[in-house]
Amino acid sequence: MPEITNQTLSPEPERKSAGTLALTVRHLSVSFGSNQVLKNTSLDVAARAVTAIIGPSGCGKSTFLRAINRMHELTPEARVEGEIRLFGEDIYARHVEAVVVRRRVGMVFQKSNPFPTMSIVDNVTVGLRLNGVRNRRLLAERTEQSLRMAALWDEVKDRLHAPAISLSGGQQQRLCIARALAVQPEVLLMDEPASALDPLATAKIEDLIVELKKDYTIVIVTHNMQQAARMSDFTAFFYLGELVEFDTTAKIFTNPAKKQTEDYVTGRFG
Amino acid sequence: MTAPNHRWRKFKNAVVQTLTFTCAILVVTPLLLVFYHLIRLGFSSINWAFFTQLPKPVGEPGGGMANAIAGTFILLGQAAVFGVPVGVLGGVFLSENGSSKLTWWIRFAADVLNGVPSITWGIVVYALMVVPMRGFSALAGGVVLGMMMIPLVMRTTEEVLQLVPGGYREAALALGIAKWKTIVQIVMRTALKGIVTGVLLALARVAGETAPLLFTAFGNLGWAHKLTEPIAAMPLQIFIYAISPYDDWHRQAWAGALVLLVLVLAVNFGVRFLTRDRFTQRT
Repeated sequence: MPEITNQTLSPEPERKSAGTLALTVRHLSVSFGSNQVLKNTSLDVAARAVTAIIGPSGCGKSTFLRAINRMHELTPEARVEGEIRLFGEDIYARHVEAVVVRRRVGMVFQKSNPFPTMSIVDNVTVGLRLNGVRNRRLLAERTEQSLRMAALWDEVKDRLHAPAISLSGGQQQRLCIARALAVQPEVLLMDEPASALDPLATAKIEDLIVELKKDYTIVIVTHNMQQAARMSDFTAFFYLGELVEFDTTAKIFTNPAKKQTEDYVTGRFG
Repeated sequence: MTAPNHRWRKFKNAVVQTLTFTCAILVVTPLLLVFYHLIRLGFSSINWAFFTQLPKPVGEPGGGMANAIAGTFILLGQAAVFGVPVGVLGGVFLSENGSSKLTWWIRFAADVLNGVPSITWGIVVYALMVVPMRGFSALAGGVVLGMMMIPLVMRTTEEVLQLVPGGYREAALALGIAKWKTIVQIVMRTALKGIVTGVLLALARVAGETAPLLFTAFGNLGWAHKLTEPIAAMPLQIFIYAISPYDDWHRQAWAGALVLLVLVLAVNFGVRFLTRDRFTQRT
C-alpha cells in the first residue's frame, strides 16, 4: 500500500499556464441507484479559463461538477464511472484520497454557507487551520490575500472578528469564495454561485470570476445564459444527462453546431 | 354564498378554541399545584441548617440534608461522566450513519430503553455491580443514572445534529477537511448548544430518580467518604422521610422536595436561556 501524503498529488504550478488542460474528463457516467444522471461525458477544461456548464434543470450539470471534487462519495448510492485527470493525474485512482483531491479542487455552492459559529476571519482560515496550519503570520497573510481576491477585504477589514453571518447575502457568498481560495486550490468549481443574489451582488461576483481566472481554472454551473455568455471562455451544453455540445463560448452562442444548443441558448426551450 | 354558514363556523371556532385552551390550562395546573403545595408545607423548614447539617435522629429538632444535596450532585457528576460521552458519541454515530439497518436497530433500542421503568434499571445495576461488589455504593448509583441518560442524550444529540444544514458539512468537506474534523469542528460545534441542552435536560430528568437508587446508592444518613460506600441522595432522603411516621421528618421531606423541584426548574430555565441565545444568533 503506497503511503498517502500530500505529495501523492502535488500541485504543479508550472503546468498551470494558459493553453494547457486542467481537467480531462473521459467517459464519465454517474448514477444514483438505478437512475443514471450523467451519461458517458468527455470534456477538456482549459487551465486559467472560465468554463461554463449550461442546460435545463436536471440535465446533470451539478452532478458533473460534483464528480470533479469527488463529492458524490458522500451519497452512499452514487456510482461514478470513467476517468477524470487533474493536470494529468487520475483523481479517482486507488491510492488518491478524496480529501487531497478536494484541497486541489475548491467548491463554491449555490447557497452561501459560511460557518455560523465562526467569525469572518475564522471562516477564511478554517480550511488551513483544520489541515494543520498553525503559523499565525501565514494565516494572517492568507486571510488578507483571499479576502482581497474575493473583493471583500475593504468591506470587512475593520471587523474581521465579527460573526460571518452578520454579513449580507452577497458578502457571505464572497466570503465563501475567499474561504475556498484560502487553501489555494488549482481549480474552483462554482455551482450557480450567484443565483440566490440580487443583480448588484451578482455583477460583483461576475467581475470577481473574470478577475480570478488570471490565477485559477474555473468551472461554473449557471442557469443564466447571459452570465455564461458574458464571462466564460468555453461553454458546455448538457441536456438529459448528455453533453450535447462543447466549444468556445463565442461559437456556442453565435454559431452552435447542434440545433438543440441553438434552441436552448436562444431561449426556445429549457 | 358563504353568509349562511358564517355564524355556525364562528360557533365551532369558539368551541374548539375553548376546548384547546382548557386543555392547555389543565397541563399547567399540576405544576402550579405542586409548587403551591411544596412552598406551603416545605418553605418554613428551609433554613441555613437545611443546607449545611446532617440529618438529626428522630426527636431532635433541626438538622438538614447537606449530605443528600451533596450526594445528588456527586451522583449526577458521575452520571454525566459515564453517560455523556457514550450518549453523545452514540448520537453522532446515528446521525452520521442515518439509514443503515444497524442504525435502525440502535435507534429502536434507544427508544425502548427510554421507556424502561426506572426500577428495572436499578435491578439490572444491582445484579451487575452491587452483588459482585458486595455492597451498595455511590459508584453503582452513578452508573445507573448514567445508563439512564445514555439513550436520552443519544436521541437528542442525533436530532440536533440532523438539524445542522447539510451545506455546512459539504462546505467543510469541499475544503479538503477530513471527515472526523468536519464532524467535530463544524457539525458538532454548530449544534453544540443543542447538545448541551439535551445533556442538561437528561440530567434534570435523572436528578429526581428514586427507584433505581434504592438498589444502588441505597442512601446514607451521614457522609459517604468513598465512592464504594452507600451515599445519600435527595430523592432517597425524601422517600425515607416521607414514609416515616414523624412530623419532623415529614417537614424535611417537603423541604427537600421543594429544593429538588427548584433545582430541576433552574436547569429548565437555563436551557431556555441557552436556546433563546441560539435563535437570536442565527437569524
